Amino acid sequence: MLKIILSRVIQTIVVVFVLVTFVFFAVRAIPGNPFASDKATSAEEEAALKAYYGLDKPLPVQYVNYWKNILVDGDFGDSLAMKGRKVSTLISESFPVSLKLGVISLILGMLIGIPLGIVAALFHNRWQDYLAMVVAMAGICVVAFVLGPIFQISIAAPLDWFNVAGWSRTSDIILPSITLCFGVAAYLARLTRGGMLDVLSQDYIRTAHAKGVPTLQIIVKHAIRPALMPAVTFLGPAFAAIITGSFVVETIFLVPGMGQYFVLGIQSKDYNLVLGLVLFYGILMGIANLLSDIALIFMDPKLRTA
Amino acid sequence: MSSSATVQNSEPAAIEKGSSLWTDAFVRLKKNKLAVLGGIIVIVILFLCFIVAPIMSMAGMKANDQDLANRFAGIGEKGVLGTDQLGRDLFMRVLEGGQISLLVAFLATMMTVTIGVIYGGVAGYIGGRIGNIMMRIVDGLLAMPFLIIVILFREIITGRIDIVARFLVNEWSWDNDTVTRFANLIPLTIAIAGFGWLSMARIVRSSAASLSKQEFVEAARSLGLSHRRILFRHMLPNMLGPVIIYATLTIPSFILYEATLSFIGLGIEPPNSSWGKLIMEGANFLETNVIVLAIPAVMFSLTLFAFNFLGDGLRDALDPKASKD
Amino acid sequence: MFRNLLFPALASLAFVSCENRSDVEIANEENILIIGNSNEPKGLDPHLVSGVLESNIIRALFEGLCVEDPAKDSTSLPGAALTWAPSDDFTEWIFNLNPEAKWSDGVPVTAVDFVFSYKRLLSPDPNWPAEYSEMLYFLKNGEAYNRSHFGHILCGNDPDFPLDWETLKKANFEGERSLKLENFVGKKFSDLKEIDLKKLKPYLKEDETIDLAKITAEKVDLKNLSETEKRIFCNAKGIDKLSKEQLQSLKSDSSLVTWTDVVPEEVRQIVLDRLIAHHEAGKPNLWEEAQVGVTAVDDFTLKITLRGPVPFLPEITKHYTWYPVPKHIVLRYGKINTAFSSQWTRPGNLVSNGPFKLKTWRTNHFLEVEKNPHYWDRDQVDLNGIRYLPIKNYYTETRMFGDGQLHMTYTVPSELIPMAKKKYPDQLRQEPYVGVRFIRVNTRKEPLNNPNFRRALATSIDQKAICEKILLGGQKPASGIVPPFGEYKVPGLIQFDPEKARALLKESGYSTDSKFSEIKLLTTNSESGLREAEALQEMWKQQLGIKVRIVQREWTTYLQKQYDADYDLCVAGWIGDYLDPTTFLEMWVADGGNNNTGWGSKEFENLLTKAENTADVAARMDVLSQAEKTILADTPVLPIYWYTTNYLIRPEVKNWNPLLLNNHPFKFVKIEK
Repeated sequence: MLKIILSRVIQTIVVVFVLVTFVFFAVRAIPGNPFASDKATSAEEEAALKAYYGLDKPLPVQYVNYWKNILVDGDFGDSLAMKGRKVSTLISESFPVSLKLGVISLILGMLIGIPLGIVAALFHNRWQDYLAMVVAMAGICVVAFVLGPIFQISIAAPLDWFNVAGWSRTSDIILPSITLCFGVAAYLARLTRGGMLDVLSQDYIRTAHAKGVPTLQIIVKHAIRPALMPAVTFLGPAFAAIITGSFVVETIFLVPGMGQYFVLGIQSKDYNLVLGLVLFYGILMGIANLLSDIALIFMDPKLRTA
Repeated sequence: MSSSATVQNSEPAAIEKGSSLWTDAFVRLKKNKLAVLGGIIVIVILFLCFIVAPIMSMAGMKANDQDLANRFAGIGEKGVLGTDQLGRDLFMRVLEGGQISLLVAFLATMMTVTIGVIYGGVAGYIGGRIGNIMMRIVDGLLAMPFLIIVILFREIITGRIDIVARFLVNEWSWDNDTVTRFANLIPLTIAIAGFGWLSMARIVRSSAASLSKQEFVEAARSLGLSHRRILFRHMLPNMLGPVIIYATLTIPSFILYEATLSFIGLGIEPPNSSWGKLIMEGANFLETNVIVLAIPAVMFSLTLFAFNFLGDGLRDALDPKASKD
Repeated sequence: MFRNLLFPALASLAFVSCENRSDVEIANEENILIIGNSNEPKGLDPHLVSGVLESNIIRALFEGLCVEDPAKDSTSLPGAALTWAPSDDFTEWIFNLNPEAKWSDGVPVTAVDFVFSYKRLLSPDPNWPAEYSEMLYFLKNGEAYNRSHFGHILCGNDPDFPLDWETLKKANFEGERSLKLENFVGKKFSDLKEIDLKKLKPYLKEDETIDLAKITAEKVDLKNLSETEKRIFCNAKGIDKLSKEQLQSLKSDSSLVTWTDVVPEEVRQIVLDRLIAHHEAGKPNLWEEAQVGVTAVDDFTLKITLRGPVPFLPEITKHYTWYPVPKHIVLRYGKINTAFSSQWTRPGNLVSNGPFKLKTWRTNHFLEVEKNPHYWDRDQVDLNGIRYLPIKNYYTETRMFGDGQLHMTYTVPSELIPMAKKKYPDQLRQEPYVGVRFIRVNTRKEPLNNPNFRRALATSIDQKAICEKILLGGQKPASGIVPPFGEYKVPGLIQFDPEKARALLKESGYSTDSKFSEIKLLTTNSESGLREAEALQEMWKQQLGIKVRIVQREWTTYLQKQYDADYDLCVAGWIGDYLDPTTFLEMWVADGGNNNTGWGSKEFENLLTKAENTADVAARMDVLSQAEKTILADTPVLPIYWYTTNYLIRPEVKNWNPLLLNNHPFKFVKIEK
C-alpha cells in the first residue's frame, strides 16, 4: 500500500512538473497580451509593466525564476489581471468555497446517481430501468447554463428565503450545488448501471443465486463493490473537475469560487494565475487519483497483487 | 471465483466464427423495443437534417436570411416553427445546426473511441511500468487547461483552413457559404477528440486491466496467441459495454463543447448555427421568448435519448456473455 | 472533513426559513445601498485604473476639486475646493480648498496632496504603469514631464533661451515615429520588407546597406557605427532619448540629427550642453525644472496653469484622474510611484477624502464602503454605506433585482428589456449616455483603403433597425462619432442610404462577384456583440452584396489584434471621459494610441490645435465640428449608434437622476423609508 502511495506521489510530481513546463511555454505562445486594456498602452508603459513583472527577461530565465520563486520563497507570483494581488491569495481565498460547493454536489450526485444506477440494473429492461435512465439522461441534457436560470426563475424568485444568487446566506449553496450535481449523478447512474449489469452476469453471482443466497445479500455482499468500480474510476477526476470547472455555475450564482479564475486567467493571459492554477489542479488531480486508486484496490482483490 | 466454463465456452466460439457476434447482436437488438424506437428517432432526425434541410435550402428557405421586421414570429406565423431573435427561420436553423452538431459529435466520437480503445487497451493489457507511464501521460494531459490548448490550436489552424477554403472557392468555384460553413468542422473535431479520448482511455484501461487478469486471457496467452489477437479479438468484445455507454455519454458533451469553442472563435462561424450555440443563445431568452431555447433543446434531448437507448440496446446485444442464453 | 462540510449544509436547510426578509429590506433598514457593479474591480488606486466599474467605487471613496451636480449636467458643486476662478483667458485657475476637508483618518486635505497626486500620475519613471496620464496633459508641461521631453523642459521652459520653443521644437527631439528601431530587432538588412526599406530610404545612399544588429543593440556606442547608421539611430531615437555618451558624440557632429535650418549651430550646442549637464547631474528633480502647471500657493490654495485655454476645467476635475491621493498614506506604503506592490489601497490601509471609506473588500464576492465620519459635508450624506456586487452575469443581475437583492442594476441585457418594460415599467430607466458604438476600419488594407468603399459600408448600415429591433434600449442611430450634447453641433454626415451606398461601391470599383469572402469583422465573444455583428453582416450582404465573415475573439486578443492592426473591420465602443467633444476626437490623431485605423489627417490635427487655442466656447465648438467633418468625410470609422444606459432602480432610491456621463454623486443619494 505504502509503495502504491509513494509511487503515486512520485508520479504526481512528474506529471505536475511536465504540466507546468508545458503550460508555461504554451500560455506565453497564445496571442494577446496580459497588459492590453481598452485604453491604449504606449510602448513605454508596456515595457514598464513587463519589466515590473519580470516578463522582459528571456523565456528560460523566466522559467527558472518561476520555479525558484516557488521552491525557495513559496511565491506563486502576482496576478497580472488582478493587479496587486498574489496568485496564492486568490487561490487560498477561493478554494474553500469551491471545495465546499464541490464536495456537497459530489455527495448529492452520489446519493442520487448510485441508487438510480443500481435500481436500473436490478430491473434491467423493465419500466424502472427506463425511468431511471430517462432521469439520468435528463441530468446530462439539462446543462448548467439552462438549469441554473431555470432554478433562479422557478425556485428562488417565488420563495422568500432563497436568494437568486450570492454567497452570503447559508441557503445560497443549495441551488448551485444542485445544479452542479445533476451531471455527476447522471454519469454515475449510467456507469453504476453498466458496472452492475456486468457483475450480475458474472458466473459467481449466478452460482450464488443457484445456491439460494437471498438477492439482497448477494447484491450488498458481492455485487456492489465490483459494480461500483467504473464509477469510482470516474469519481477521482470528477472531483478535481467539479472544483475547478464550475465556471458557469459560479458566474450564474455569483459564487466566489476558483473555477472562474481558469477562464479569466486564460482569457486575459494572466500567466502567473494560469500557472498557479494548473499547478494546484495537478496536485489536486494527483490526490483525487490516489484516493480513487486506493478505493479500487480495496474493491478489487485482483488488483492487490499488482 | 469465476468458473473455467467461461474459458471453454467463449474462446473456441470466438475463434471459429468471430463475425457471428454482429449478426447475433442485430437479431437481439431488434427484440429491444426501446432500442428500436431510439433507432427510428435517430433515422428520422438524420433524414430531417441531411435530406429535408438541404432540399428546403435549395428551395429558397435559407437558414441565415434575416427579417428584422418579423422577429420572434410564432409557430406557423412565419416558416414552420417561427423565427428567432433576428427573424431567421428557426426550423431551418435547427436542422442546419443539427447537421453540424451531429457531424461533430459523430466524427469526434469515432476518433475518441478509436484512439481511446487502442491506447487504453494497450496500456491496460501491458500493465506494469510502461502501462503506468502511458496512463500518467493521460493524467497529465487531462490536467491541461482545455482552453489554452484550443486557443493555441486555433492560432495554428485558422490561417491554414482559410488557405484551403479560398482555394476551393476561387479555383474550384465551390459555394462560398457552404465552404465557410463546413470549413471549421475538421479543426473543431480534432480539438474535441484531442481531449475526448483521454477519459475514454482511462475507462478502457481500467476494464482492460481487470480483464487481462481473467482466466480466458491467461488461457489465450498460454495458447500462444499474438498480443494483438488477444487484445482485439478476445478482450475488446468484453470491453465494449463500458465503451458504448461512455461513448453515448460523450455525444451530448461534445455537442456542447462545440458551443463553447464557437465562443472563443474555433467553432462554427457565425451566422451559421449548431445545437449547442442555439441552446446557449436561447438560454438568454428564457424569460422573454422561451421557444427560441425550447426548440433546439427538444431536438438535442430527443437525439440524446434516442442515442442512449440505442446505445443501451447495442451494449446488451453485444454482450458476449449474453450469447450463452 | 465531511462532517465539517455536511453540517452547515444540513443546518442551513433547517435554519434558512428564519430570514424571510429580502436583502434589500434588510439593507433599507441599515440604510445601505446595494448595487450591481459588473465585475471585480482591478484596483482602487485612482491613478492605476481605467474602467467604469472601478470609477463607480472610486467616486464614492474620493472627491475631486469639484463635484458632479446630482441632477444637472455640466454643473459643478464645491468638492475639495470651496471656490474657484479662472483668469480672463482661461489658462490659469485658482482653486480655494475647503479647510474643513479631511482624509478619512482626520488629516486635512491640502494643496500639497493635490500637487503630489498630479506629480504621481504624471511620473515619467519607466516603471510607472499609469494608463490615464493623458488626462493631465491639460496641465502646462504635463506631457513634457510625463514623456521625459528633456529638450522641452530644459530649453523650452527657459524664458532667456535664445530661441523660443515653438521654433526649436521643429528639431527632432522626440524621434521619428514611423522609424521604430524595436521593429528591426533580430532582423538582417537583407530580410527587410519593402515597407520597412521605404522608411530607411531617406537616410541611405545609393545601394548602401547597414547593420541593423548594431543599431538595435541594447547599448549602442555611436563610435562603432558608420555615418549612415549614426544618422538613422539618432533620428529614430530623437534627442530626448539619447544617453549621455550619445549626446556627447552628437556634440562633435550635430548634423547627425535633423534640426531644421532655423536652429543655428551655437544654439544646438547649448541644447546639447544642457541635456548633457542634466544627465551628468544624475537627472535631478525634473519636476521642478519642468514647472508643471500645478502649484500649492499655500496649504489651501491651488494654482493650476494650463497648456491653453480650458473653459471647461471644472468638468474635467470631476474625472477620477484629477482626484487627490493621500500623500502621507501613499508614502507610508511605498515610494511616490510604487505601483501594484503598494498595499495602500487594501482594506484597513486605504484612506480617502470622499463621502465614504472602504470597509470590506472580498475578491469576487462583494466590496462595501461605509460613511466617512471625517467628510466635510457629512451631514449631507444620507447613506450609511454602499455594497457593490461584482455580478458578471447580467441575466442573473436582473433576476436578483426582481428578487429584492439589489437596489440598482449595472445594466439590463437587451433580451430582458421587453420583460423589464412589462414587469418593472416604473423601475426601468433608459437614459442618454455619452458614448458611441462604431466600427474601426483598417485603412491600410485593400479594399478598405478606398474612402468610397468605406463610405459605402457606412451608409449601408441600417442603424435604426439595429437600435430598435436588436438593442431595444433606446439607443440612437449615430450620424457621427461625437454624440449630441450641450452646445456641440453634430455634423450629421452618415445616414442609412442604400442607394447612395451602391453608387459609392460602384465608384470604388470593388467587384462583388461570387468569390471567397476575405473581409472579416472582428468582435468580442459576447452574445450581444455577436447578434450585432450578424445583423451588420446581413446588411452588407443584402445592400451591397459584400460577404463579410465574423471573427470572435476573447477580450485581450481582440484588443491586441487592433493594436497590431491585424484586422479588417472591428466593432468597438468609446465612452466619453468628460463632457467635451475632444474626448471623442483626440483619439483620431495619426499617432493616437486608440486610433489603430492607420488613418491620419493634417487638416484634422490642425483643427484640433486651433480648438485647443480658442477660448470662445461657440467658436471652439464650430472648429471641433469642422474637425469631425473631416473624419466623417474620409470615414475611417463607421458610426453605428450612440449609447444609452439601461438599468433598473428601486423606487425608494431618491436623488438618482439622468446624467450624461453616468457619474452619479453618491453623497446625495437617499433611501426613502
